[in-house]
Amino acid sequence: MLRYTIRRLIQLVGVVLVLSMLLFAWLRLLPGGPVSALLGERATPESREALTKQLGLDQPIFVQYFKFLGRAATGDFGVSTGVQPGDSALDIFLQRFPATIELSFFAIVIAIAVGVPLGYLAAKRRGGWFDNLSVVGSLIGVAVPVFFLAYLLKDVASSSLGLPSQGRQDAIDATRVTGFFTLDGLITGEFDATLNALEHLILPAIALATIPFAVIFRITRAAVLDVLDEDFVRTAEAKGLTAPVIRRRHVLRNAMLPVVTTIGLQTGALLSGAVLTEKVFSFAGVGQALAIGFERRDYPVLLLLIIMATIVYVVVNLLVDLSYALIDPRIRTR
Amino acid sequence: MALGVTKKEKIDGLAESAGVSLAASAWKRLRRSPVFLIGATIIGIFVALSLLSPWLAPHNPSEPMLIEQVVKARNEIPPPQPGHPLGGDLQGRDFLSRLLVGSQQTLIVGVGATLIGLAGGLILGTLAGALGGWVDSVVMRIVDVMLSLPSLLLAFSIAAMFAKPSQFTVILAVSIVQIPVFARLLRGSMLAQRHSDHVLAATALGVKKNAIVFRHMLPNSLSPVIVQSTLVLATAIIEAAALSFLGLGNPDDRIPEWGQMLGDVQNVFDTHPHLAAWPAVCIIIVALGFTLMGETLREALDPKNRR
Repeated sequence: MLRYTIRRLIQLVGVVLVLSMLLFAWLRLLPGGPVSALLGERATPESREALTKQLGLDQPIFVQYFKFLGRAATGDFGVSTGVQPGDSALDIFLQRFPATIELSFFAIVIAIAVGVPLGYLAAKRRGGWFDNLSVVGSLIGVAVPVFFLAYLLKDVASSSLGLPSQGRQDAIDATRVTGFFTLDGLITGEFDATLNALEHLILPAIALATIPFAVIFRITRAAVLDVLDEDFVRTAEAKGLTAPVIRRRHVLRNAMLPVVTTIGLQTGALLSGAVLTEKVFSFAGVGQALAIGFERRDYPVLLLLIIMATIVYVVVNLLVDLSYALIDPRIRTR
Repeated sequence: MALGVTKKEKIDGLAESAGVSLAASAWKRLRRSPVFLIGATIIGIFVALSLLSPWLAPHNPSEPMLIEQVVKARNEIPPPQPGHPLGGDLQGRDFLSRLLVGSQQTLIVGVGATLIGLAGGLILGTLAGALGGWVDSVVMRIVDVMLSLPSLLLAFSIAAMFAKPSQFTVILAVSIVQIPVFARLLRGSMLAQRHSDHVLAATALGVKKNAIVFRHMLPNSLSPVIVQSTLVLATAIIEAAALSFLGLGNPDDRIPEWGQMLGDVQNVFDTHPHLAAWPAVCIIIVALGFTLMGETLREALDPKNRR
C-alpha cells in the first residue's frame, strides 16, 4: 500500500515535469504573446523590445525554462500579465483556489446526493416509468452545454428565487481566515457571511453538478443492476435479511467501487466545467482566471493554474484508487 | 414453437441458437429497441436537414437583409415578421435560415472531430496493442500525460495555440482530446486478444503478422471504438460550442454553426434569450440522438447481453 502510494507519487512528479516542459514550450507558441497583451497592438517597437527583455522573452527557450524551474522551486512562478496584472501568479492561485474547491465540492456533493439514490431507485424499478424517465433525464443532462444551463439558471432562477448570480459574496464585512468563505463564517461566528456565501454558491454549483450527476447516476444504476443479479443478494434474501440490511451491506457496498472511480474521474469534468461556469457567474475562482488567462495570454498564470489543475486531478484519482481498499476488503488483502 | 410465428422468425431463432455473429445479433436487438430507433430517427432527420438545408432555407443565411431593423444603441434586433418567422439575428440575417443551414457545419464539426480523433487513436492504439514492448510503453506514456489533463482544459489550450482560429482549428482542438481515449480503448482490446485462441491459430497457420493485426485483431477490437465514436459525435458538438463561448471558436460567422451561434450571443442572453435558446435546443436534441444511439449500441454489442 505504502509502496504503491510512493510509486504513484513519483509518477506524478514525472508527469508534472513533462507537462510543465510541454506547457512551457506551448505557451511560447501562443499567438499574440504577453507583450502585445500588455502594451496593445499600437505599441512602438522600442517599448515592445524593452518589455520583451524585461520579461526575459528574448532568451533561448530552454534557458527560459530552466530559469523558470529554478524560480519555481522557490515559489516564484512569475507575475501575472493579464488576469490581475502585477500580482504574482502564486498569489492569484492561492486566492482563487479555495473558491473553486468550494464550488466543486458543493457541485460534487449535489451530484452524489442526487445521483446515487436516484441511480439505486432506477435500478430497483428497472424498466418502469421512473427508470425510463430518469435515464432520459440524465442523458439530456449530458447533452446540455454547461454554459447555456448556467445562463438559464442565472437568468431564470436568480430572478424568480432572488438568489445572487454574481461573484462569491456580497460586499459585506467578513473576516477572512482560510479563504473558504463558507468556512470562515463558521470559524469566526459570522453566520450571515456563511449564509451569504452559500447563496452565491447554489446556482453555479447546480450548473456545475449536472454532468457529474448524470454520469454518477448512470454508473450507479448500472452497478446496482449488476449486483442485484448476484447470487449473494439472492442468498441474503433467502436468509430472510431485512431489505435495508441487504441494501446497505450487500448491494450498495458492492456497487460503490465503480461509482467511486467515476467520482474521481469527474474531478476533471469539474475543473473544465468550472472554466465555463465561473465565467458565467463572474465567480472569482481558478476557472475564471483560466478563461481570462486564455483571452489575455497570461503565460505565468496559465502555466501555474494548468499544472495545479493536473496535480489536483491526478492526486484525487490516486486517493480514489487508495479508497478501493477501504471499500473492498478483497483488494486490501492483495 | 408458438402459434403465429412466421417461418422467417423460426429461421431467425434457429440462426441465433446456431450461433450468429455478434454484429448480426446486435442488429437484431437494435431493430427492436425503441430507444435506438428514436436516436436513429433524430440523427436521420439531422443528416437529411444538413444535406437539404440549402434548398430548405428561405433566405441566404449570410446576407444581412434586415440590417436596417438592427438598432445597436437600443439593442434592438428584427422581430418575427412575414417571411422571417424567427426574425433576424444581431447582424440582421434571417434567423430561421441560419438555424437550418447551421446543421451543416455542426455535422461537419462533429464528424470531422470524430474522424480525426478516431484516426489518431487507431494509429496509436494499433501500434501499442500490436507491437507491445517499448513502443507500447512510449505510446502509453504519451497517452497518460494527455489523459492527466482535464479534457476540456486540454481542448481550450490547443484551441488557444492557433493565431487565426477557424472552423478547422476548432475541429482539431476537439479531436486531439479524443485521441488518447480511442488509443486506450483500442490498445486494451488488442492486448486482450494477443493471447487468444484465434490469434494463436492464425499464428500457427503461418499468417503474416500484418495480416493478423489488420484482419484478425483489429476487426475484433472495433465494437467499443464504434460505440465511443457515436458518443464523441455528441461531445464534439457540445465542446465546439464551449470553445466559441470562451472566444476560441471560429470568428468568421458568415456560414453559421450551432455551437458558434450559441457561444457568440452570450452578451445578449438576458435581452434576446431566443438567439441562444434555438441553437441550444438543436444541439441538445442532436447530442441526445447520438447519445441514445451510442448507449443502445453499447448495450447491444455487449456479449453479456446476448441471448
